[in-house]
Order: sequence, then structure tokens, then C-alpha cells
Amino acid sequence: MKPENETLIRFPSLSSNEAFARSVTAAFAAQMDPTLDELGDVKTAVSEAVTNAIVHAYPDRIGPVTLKLRRLEGNVLEITVKDAGCGIPDIAQARQPMFTTGGAERSGMGLTIMESFMNSLSIRSLPGRGTTVRMRKKLIGRGEAACRP
Amino acid sequence: MNFTSFLQDKRLTILLSGEIDHHAAREIMSALTAKIDVYLPSYCELDFGAVTFMDSSGIAIVIHTLRAMNELEGKLRLTHVPPQPMKVLLASGIQKLVAVSQERSPA
Ligand SMILES: Nc1ncnc2c1ncn2[C@@H]1O[C@H](COP(=O)(O)OP(=O)(O)O)[C@@H](O)[C@H]1O
Ligand SMILES: [Mg+2]
Repeated sequence: MKPENETLIRFPSLSSNEAFARSVTAAFAAQMDPTLDELGDVKTAVSEAVTNAIVHAYPDRIGPVTLKLRRLEGNVLEITVKDAGCGIPDIAQARQPMFTTGGAERSGMGLTIMESFMNSLSIRSLPGRGTTVRMRKKLIGRGEAACRP
Repeated sequence: MNFTSFLQDKRLTILLSGEIDHHAAREIMSALTAKIDVYLPSYCELDFGAVTFMDSSGIAIVIHTLRAMNELEGKLRLTHVPPQPMKVLLASGIQKLVAVSQERSPA
């Protein structure tokens, strides 16, 4: 699918970049005329994905994270978050609600939330090489929502 | 993190604000624990009225606070929860363990 617009951002895995990633995503999505709820959903999903790269992919070092945003045909927002960290040994297990390797500071709900707040979630991971998380969501937008009874 | 909080008859109210993500979580968690350890409340209300964003890091904070209140055999309630944090809380099923409402708690 040929994107109608796209951007690629690269930043180190510092936790202060979680808010930055949310802001960039919200700014990119703004051109797609999202509702407040849709904006909340995509900000939550990107926050989860970027946090995972920061917390889990590089548990004891700072590494690169890339965030790619694409606007696809039909007002679909695609968010891709990529790290070159430790990878996920068992993706099906990681996707289970409440599964976490992060201890008491994590809830294990991140991937579950990404899956339910977006239309699709795909994860590719190679242990020792890194993880790529790709999510898509069709934004119905304010225009059409306003016409609904 | 500096919370506004007030205590009345062992009822502790804590006003959370801003963005609750992993970056902010550790500070929020330790500040909450400190308040509960000092006041030993029998009832704790987390007021989400001024929270502008929350992701699943907030769920871990709520669970942590719930454990602390369970140890005191006290109650926990989440109030004034705006739509975005509410959706995250409901996705986690936490409402089965804690009272969660959009409104202020009954006096
Ligand atoms: N980018 C990543 N790199 C390595 N491991 C990951 C990554 N994303 C997720 N994981 C693994 O999947 C688990 C579940 O992730 P998630 O559902 O977001 O919950 P949490 O972040 O609260 O642990 C994590 O605890 C971790 O083990
Ligand atoms: Mg996570």
C-alpha cells in the first residue's frame, strides 16, 4: 500500500521520549481529522509500544528506537515501532493479558491494550536482534462521526 | 512528584495530575506509598480529575496502591476518571477489584 504521507523518527531509548512519541503521533494523526477518542487510542497504543522498546528491549543499556508513521489509503494510520534490542522469545506468551517479565512496575497489559485499541497488531521479533511492532487503525474521524445520529 | 492530598477521619484523598506513563510511574508510586505509610488511612481515594493521559503503567500503580490498602484492610476508590484513562482501566479489568467512577465519591 502506497502511503499518502509518512514520517520516520529515531531516538534513544530514554523514558522521556515516551511523551515525545505520543506528541509526534498526535501531531501526525491530526491531519486525519480524528475524534478525541481515536486520538486517545492511538496515543495510548504508541505509548505502550515505545515503552516496551525502552523498558524491555534494552533492559540495561540505551539503544535506538525508530517510530514510523504512515497515512494509508482509506484514512488508515499505521504505526511501526522498531528496536534492535533483546527480542521476544515467545510472542504468543508475551501477548497473553497480564504476562510480564517486568515485575511489579509493569502490568502486563500493554500488548493487550495495543491489540484492543487498534484494528490490527503484528509483531516480528528475533531474539538478540530486535522487535518490530506494527499497528493499524482506520480513523473514522470527526466528519463522519458528526453525521451519526 | 508533589501531590495535593488531604486527610479527614482516616480518609485520604490524593489528587493525581498530568501524564501517567512509565517515565512518571516510579515517582508517582513511591509518593503514593509514602502518603499511605504516613497516614495509614482506612479509605483512600485517587482522584484522576486532572490526569491528561494514562497508559498501562497507571494500572501497575493502581494495583500497587490496592495492595497497600489491602494490607491496611482499607478501601480504595478511583474517582473523576476522564474517558482516556477510563478506557485503559476498563481494558485491564481493574474495576472488578476497585471501585472506579467518573464522578466524585459519595461523601
Ligand atoms: N520490544 C520488546 N522487546 C523485548 N521484549 C518485549 C518487547 N515488548 C514486549 N516484550 C515482552 O512482552 C511482555 C509483555 O509486554 P506488555 O504486554 O507490554 O506488558 P508489560 O510491558 O507491562 O510487561 C514484556 O514483559 C516483555 O517480556
Ligand atoms: Mg508494556
